[in-house]
Amino acid sequence: MTGAIYTLWLRSIKRFIRSKSRIIGSLAQPLFFLIILGFGLNSVMSLPGTGSYVKFMVPGIVSMTVMFSSIFSGIQIIWDKQFGFLKETLIAPVSRTSIMFGQTIGGATTALIQGTLTLILAMFVAGLTSFSLYGFLIAFVFMILIGLSFTALGIAIASKMEDMHGFQLIMNFLMFPLFFLSGALFPLSNAPIILKTIAHFNPLSYGVEGVRYGLLGTSEINPLLSFIVLVGFTVFIVILGGYFFKKVNA
Amino acid sequence: MGNIIEIKNLTKRFDKVLAVDNISFSVKQGEIFGFLGPNGAGKTTTLSMLATLLSPTKGKASVNGFDIEKQRDNVRHSIGMVFQDPTLDEELTAYENMDFHGRLYNVPKNERKKKIIELLQLVELDKKKNDLVKTFSGGMRRRLEIARGLLHEPKVLFLDEPTLGLDPQTRNKIWAHIKVLNKEKNVTIILTTHYMDEADKLCDRIAIIDNGKIVAINTSANLKNKIGGDIITIGTNEREKLLNILKKYKFCKSFKEHNSSLTINVEHAETRVAEIVKLADRNKITIHTLAINKPTLEDVFLYYTGKTIREEEATPEDNFKFRVRRMRR
Ligand SMILES: Nc1ncnc2c1ncn2[C@@H]1O[C@H](COP(=O)(O)OP(=O)(O)OP(=O)(O)O)[C@@H](O)[C@H]1O
Ligand SMILES: [Mg+2]
Repeated sequence: MTGAIYTLWLRSIKRFIRSKSRIIGSLAQPLFFLIILGFGLNSVMSLPGTGSYVKFMVPGIVSMTVMFSSIFSGIQIIWDKQFGFLKETLIAPVSRTSIMFGQTIGGATTALIQGTLTLILAMFVAGLTSFSLYGFLIAFVFMILIGLSFTALGIAIASKMEDMHGFQLIMNFLMFPLFFLSGALFPLSNAPIILKTIAHFNPLSYGVEGVRYGLLGTSEINPLLSFIVLVGFTVFIVILGGYFFKKVNA
Repeated sequence: MGNIIEIKNLTKRFDKVLAVDNISFSVKQGEIFGFLGPNGAGKTTTLSMLATLLSPTKGKASVNGFDIEKQRDNVRHSIGMVFQDPTLDEELTAYENMDFHGRLYNVPKNERKKKIIELLQLVELDKKKNDLVKTFSGGMRRRLEIARGLLHEPKVLFLDEPTLGLDPQTRNKIWAHIKVLNKEKNVTIILTTHYMDEADKLCDRIAIIDNGKIVAINTSANLKNKIGGDIITIGTNEREKLLNILKKYKFCKSFKEHNSSLTINVEHAETRVAEIVKLADRNKITIHTLAINKPTLEDVFLYYTGKTIREEEATPEDNFKFRVRRMRR
């Protein structure tokens, strides 16, 4: 079982390292957001705590990077289906569960690397210079959880899709709403009640808030609550993804 | 030795197509078993069911004593497969594709390295082992798929059109290796191929499948004997007319009509050719070509399916092209 998980993980990493242009491309978007939105709105946003909007945005942008990258990794399975490679994995004497775990951990790892690169660049851009190792660790734990849960979500979706046609829909109706309605871009406490309510049902909100607590030392949701909710979500979605993946036909 | 594969009333229906229609047969341990049939006959569907990738609509089958529905994990531990359609990871190198396979199949590390190099040498890809598969030609990919399939030496190895499109030398080398695997490691081989000479030389027994049904199953020699006599193949545009004339003569044991030819099964053909030509001439039927043969496996195939394998050959390639196009879209 561990052998199979490691094998699938190794494949993800190898493919990731090879796709340098994609790595750079996916760093550009979050930095673009941060610079345009962050500095553009810095003067008009009033914030609790830190005061600087650019700094406030850093955890949101990092979480976004991890989430997008994870969902993409999970959805990769559709390509495997189309290129036939999935058959090679499914016919092997290993359980579907371990294939799914390997894929999830692999996707989460690559997402975490992307997130970390974004984090370093974003801190530099935003001039976020005061931080603690302890805070970093907390941020990492939340990034890992975002990575695992959203890769599993990608796998769950991919298991139900026949080809890449539905991908645009997923971008527009899942990924962007999750991001915009998560407290990544604006503080929840000042938001209209309806946005606030929606955000509280959005698992990414707890990820963003957790990362924010780690990096900035303040958050609107209690970090322990964030942790519990996100762990719960991760467990749920990994089980769901595993269940759907078991039924995939090559 | 016992049967390593037992198939009973196996059936697979896709929405409208009855792809495999109530087939039953068994394969003995250590056999090289050929599965022949025209395009769409149901070969791949049957192999996919045996390999646990598809669930049967009806019927039962066991591989290495394990039920293909209830003991899938055990079945997968007993088998290997070279697929008809491409199944490589194009973003990995040749070596990495092999290594991935070896790891999933628990081939121990030292042995794995050694065997990967040996097999890559066999298919003449050892110099390309660190190249990404996406830079490979169709034939190179095919060779890599075969090498990968031979890595873990399972109890039963399914080969679905493994050598399609490869040059004769490569094909011979690969089959020689597979024969050794069969003899020395006692690997049972189930193969489909469009090369009749290959099937004839290699297979201990052959099943011919058409429209989802097994229409004949025996050794190649027995299949040919069953047809008996000689085969006269006449190429003409007026085959129907010729058929109607020859039907009246008892020495013509049986007929088969094809696109632009007629095959006639005749005892002692040499003594009858002149008569047939004379009859054609008298009725103003032009004969373009004429050939006399002992029945080959090709004739057997023709006899049972009404199609020459040559008419068939083009299509799998077309399928492949279609696939590639679809993937690029
Ligand atoms: N996934 C599928 N959905 C619907 N129909 C299918 C599917 N797979 C195969 N078929 C149909 O089942 C029949 C048998 O197909 P199969 O692939 O088993 O043929 P084959 O004998 O392997 O042919 P070939 O020589 O072309 O490889 C065909 O009519 C095909 O169209
Ligand atoms: Mg086929």
